[in-house]
Amino acid sequence: MTPFTMVTGTAIPFGRANVDTDVIIPARFLKTVTRTGLGMHAFDTLRQDPTNIFDQPRNVRAPILIAGDNFGCGSSREHAPWALADLGIRVVIAPGFADIFAGNAFKNGLLLVVLPQAQIDRLMAIAPEVPITVDLENQVVTTPFQDRFAFPMDPFRRECLLSGADEIALTLAAAPAIAVFEARLAHEQPWVALP
Amino acid sequence: MSSPRTLYQKVWDAHVIERRPDGQCLIWIDRHLVHEVTSPQAFDGLRLANRPVHRPDLTIATADHNVPTTPGAPDAESAAQLAALDTNTSDFGVRLMGRHHPDQGIVHVIGPELGLTLPGLTIVCGDSHTATHGALGALAFGIGTSEVEHVLATQTLWLRPARTMEVRIAGATGFGITAKDIALAIVGQLGTGGATGHVIEYTGEAIRALSIEGRMTIANMAIEAGARAGMIAPDDTTYAYLNGRRHAPAGEAWAQAEAYWRTLPTDPGAAYDATATIDANQIAPLVTWGTSPEDVAAITGRVPSPADYPDPAKRASVEASLAYMGLFAGERLEDVTVQHIFLGSCTNSRIEDLRAAAAVLAGRYIAPGIAQALAVPGSGAVKRQAEAEGLDRIFTDAGFEWREPGCSACLGMNPDKVPPGERCASTSNRNFVGRQGPGARTHLMSPAMAAAAAVTGRLTDVRQLVAA
Ligand code: SF4
Repeated sequence: MTPFTMVTGTAIPFGRANVDTDVIIPARFLKTVTRTGLGMHAFDTLRQDPTNIFDQPRNVRAPILIAGDNFGCGSSREHAPWALADLGIRVVIAPGFADIFAGNAFKNGLLLVVLPQAQIDRLMAIAPEVPITVDLENQVVTTPFQDRFAFPMDPFRRECLLSGADEIALTLAAAPAIAVFEARLAHEQPWVALP
Repeated sequence: MSSPRTLYQKVWDAHVIERRPDGQCLIWIDRHLVHEVTSPQAFDGLRLANRPVHRPDLTIATADHNVPTTPGAPDAESAAQLAALDTNTSDFGVRLMGRHHPDQGIVHVIGPELGLTLPGLTIVCGDSHTATHGALGALAFGIGTSEVEHVLATQTLWLRPARTMEVRIAGATGFGITAKDIALAIVGQLGTGGATGHVIEYTGEAIRALSIEGRMTIANMAIEAGARAGMIAPDDTTYAYLNGRRHAPAGEAWAQAEAYWRTLPTDPGAAYDATATIDANQIAPLVTWGTSPEDVAAITGRVPSPADYPDPAKRASVEASLAYMGLFAGERLEDVTVQHIFLGSCTNSRIEDLRAAAAVLAGRYIAPGIAQALAVPGSGAVKRQAEAEGLDRIFTDAGFEWREPGCSACLGMNPDKVPPGERCASTSNRNFVGRQGPGARTHLMSPAMAAAAAVTGRLTDVRQLVAA
């Protein structure tokens, strides 16, 4: 995964609460065999409206999305973070996220930033004017107007995102322990192996 | 002496490679079952990161969800998914029992059948009904696509230990009661969230009395009660089932394995985090009336009334269910007519299921109101066995279509669907809105009950059609 240290860029002031994964990527796009290419269908229903926020020239390939509370609720489809990433989004800022979505986002290198509603409101107000910076190293969101909003972050997830190590890379760092386990298994339970 | 442990704890402990300070454990996975729908993005991820499959020998693929059950070609999107599975398994050296392979079948039917599923193993698959394999004393559960990729790359998963729940089926079941009735009774009693966060262990005389195939029907529906997995301790029935299967150990290895398996059952005095007991002789033949698998009622009963539910949220959901199902409060269940019969799915497509249905159908014919009756064996091996016993003739003589193995009408993804507004007596595991096709109305029941409904054209107490 691309390491995530800091991103500065346009933030899409979306702001809607309780956006479920069916809004992020409708079920009819799930017969795909790839993770990529879902961006064109992200928020498909909302984007039927030609004045929608996602297709405004300023917001195309914007790396930051500002949303309302409980973002990513509903079905556990991993296609939701895939669609956001394919749209170019690297950070979602919201007052809260649905659990399964949060796990899926992390597994796909998408940073989720939780801030109180008042700070979200402030960012919503200035996002159309100026770029916003999300600094994971220092766990802070800053703006050119000297705003400085600290955000909490699970230390394990922070470390993974900073190093760009996906969970698989981290697990592969435990390869020696896995090899020891495999050797013991082969010795003690030889019937587990398949010819 | 270590403290007494449950079956789950023993299998878990035997697979912990590493513990992280935050409580997550790195768990070794003994078998990874792969199918066409949840694996393409995982193989893609490996390709992007230039990673191999760590243990292709422990990875077994089949095509089941999206295969047509008739000889014809699948639609273009399904064909692309099936082609991706062919390419991925050949690129990464994974064994594939694809469409037209003699061992092909529903992933949860072929695992036990080929002796791939053994007591004490950890088994995962990108499918929520993986718990089926727990019937043999394995710890088996469904995973998401990123986890599929993680297991392909490392043969491990990061997990937190689950809580344990004992579900005891005490006493013996009455005449005409099958494993499916027990499974539905459990979901009806626990509710769809009743076992959330838990691994269920099924115990009690009624479970011990079941065949391995019957036990699979029970473990299959653990997820319908919200459980992460369902397990049944191995016993002589388990060993008799496994001995001689293709991938089961043989000779010296068998003796060694069996000695280990005999250490797995829960120790006397081991505590579960939760317990529930069901009186087996109270279980009647059950059917579902609503759009959640917990909506069960005895076939002799009536459709419930929303007014019976004091909780306003539940009352509203019952109202919505009845509207979707086209049923009236107080209607006798035996008066409900059906147009479709689906005999199949990983819950009930094994040889004993087909025998049970055939026993009811022999010498009879489907009712005039039945538009379609499907008999879909769970695997190539089940199909061959059924044909050797002449069951296929019983089905076709009764007016059923005898199909090729696959998930079929269980999920409305492949061509086998129930049309909008039509009603299906189904042996599958989910009666969700639209599960068998948009607008389809599903009643879950046992194979014998589905066969009885085929004969009469309405939901029927099978005990009236067979001699005691
Ligand atoms: S038969 Fe149904 S429940 Fe079983 S694996 Fe197939 S789709 Fe899933």
